[in-house]
Amino acid sequence: MDFLNAIVALSNFVLVPAIAYGSQLALGALGVTLIYGILRFSNFAHGDTMAFGTMATILFTWWFQSLGISFGPLPTALLALPLGILGCMAIVLLTDRAVYRFYREQKAKPVILVIVSMGVMFIMNGLVRVIIGPDDQNFADGNRFVITARDFKQMTGLDEGLAIKTTQGITVVVAIIAVGLLFWFLNRTRTGKSMRAYSDNEDLALLSGINPERVVMITWLIVAALATVAGVLYGLDKTFKPFVYFQLLLPIFASAIVGGLGSPVGAIAGGFIIAFSEVTITYAWKKVLTYLLPEAWQPDGLVQLMSTDYKFAVSFVILLIVLLFKPTGLFKGKSV
Amino acid sequence: MIKVEDLHKHFGGFHAVDGASLEIAEGSITGLIGPNGAGKTTLFNVIAGVLEPTAGRVTMAGEDITGLPPHKLFHKGLLRTFQIAHEFSSMTCRENLMMVPGDQSGETLWNTWFGRRRIANEERALRAKADEVLEFLTIEHLADHRAGQVSGGQKKLLELGRTMMVDARIVFLDEVGAGVNRTLLNTIGDAIIRLNKERGYTFVVIEHDMDFIDRLCDPVICMAEGRVLAEGSLAEIKANEQVIEAYLGTGLKNRVNA
Repeated sequence: MDFLNAIVALSNFVLVPAIAYGSQLALGALGVTLIYGILRFSNFAHGDTMAFGTMATILFTWWFQSLGISFGPLPTALLALPLGILGCMAIVLLTDRAVYRFYREQKAKPVILVIVSMGVMFIMNGLVRVIIGPDDQNFADGNRFVITARDFKQMTGLDEGLAIKTTQGITVVVAIIAVGLLFWFLNRTRTGKSMRAYSDNEDLALLSGINPERVVMITWLIVAALATVAGVLYGLDKTFKPFVYFQLLLPIFASAIVGGLGSPVGAIAGGFIIAFSEVTITYAWKKVLTYLLPEAWQPDGLVQLMSTDYKFAVSFVILLIVLLFKPTGLFKGKSV
Repeated sequence: MIKVEDLHKHFGGFHAVDGASLEIAEGSITGLIGPNGAGKTTLFNVIAGVLEPTAGRVTMAGEDITGLPPHKLFHKGLLRTFQIAHEFSSMTCRENLMMVPGDQSGETLWNTWFGRRRIANEERALRAKADEVLEFLTIEHLADHRAGQVSGGQKKLLELGRTMMVDARIVFLDEVGAGVNRTLLNTIGDAIIRLNKERGYTFVVIEHDMDFIDRLCDPVICMAEGRVLAEGSLAEIKANEQVIEAYLGTGLKNRVNA
């Protein structure tokens, strides 16, 4: 019984949150990795692209709510998501036209594009704050829980409860759908194959008659969709605050690099590795250990390796360790 | 077919191509020879749109194509292969060939979702064509192998195969025989001759193997130090004083003469 309680406590505080957070990071990292693979630079504006997409979705959500449209037990934001994606696609294409295309034509070095993307990041960041404000915005509605801790206790008769938030459930389901679609697209469709070809060998792709501008445009569209989905899921699960999205850039990049930049599978693996390490290292293990260990060995302290203030440090330690031993990441991306 | 007029390509102070002028006749297999560093590959790169020329003009059938990007030239029927074979390493040999004709209907997002039948028909035709090409090049057994894993010579064949997936007008082959064994080199030579005869491809071939040049090419253009040194049949080129000098250096020639 103690063992079951330990597992439930572990699921409630570590597994479920880490899976949800990992899915969000994975979706974010996929966007970063696609840009790196095809446009060949690290897009620092990705966090703020997520913020922009989420903001657009929130505005549409509010509009729907004011019209009295709801999605039953699910958050209205899911209905607004396609519109938010369109909004994000528009701004991303606009940025590409206005900014990145110029540097592409100059055949600018990747490092210049990185700095350019930082400029885009600050502009987008400012834009989002001007439009929606710098504060927290709560836009989650519908049922809060799939299972509450109390229901779970009554159902199973255990001492520990397992709560699964609706947003966590939605995160996982939506992430699976998005990743499935993306992989189908990349591996099975002609467009996806030309994207892979372009990423694999740009010179050869050009000499095979593949139109680079089209590949780039489609990449941006997909990235905008992934960024918006990732941002909205994160915002539903936690809260929307522009500055938080700016900070999310760090674990997202850590995920993409740990998995291997340019490798979609790596981005997903990286997302979960980073999420699980952040959550396990900053979790206070006292409760789980109390169930598992004999009375004499039970810990007095919280058994928390690090306070949650340091969670970003965790992703970077992992990043350093992986890069020391496998410089191209776990799934053999392009070298950084 | 192709006319290059006073072409320059400078990398800083280094003049890789330094005022080259030449003409490629339609339907010919022109050989381009010259010592290492003569600017042959740079010339190819400039003509094929990989590099922008510093000065000069390239025309194709009277049309100015100077500085057009590679994918546009591709659609005009100008193709090239690489000195070091390039391939999409994570795709199979067949998929590599099927990538070739760009601007397929499957490359738009709209058709990906709403034009599936059209794409399927197109892909079927392409697949048949790719298999035909693989058979022509005697590497049909490699169709489902990953292109990154086949041998260097086979990659060269694949490069040639890529040019056969479309109706090219002119193909630039950059050392298609380098690092390839004799038997395979003969296969490549046969393929080039057949393409030239049966499908009317014009070829420009950079090659160091004189037997290979002798078998295929007429005329032969010799380059040195970024300029065209001589043009004519291989025998004429071989007898040309300047060419011998460029290949062997003045000192050596003097010693031979003495």
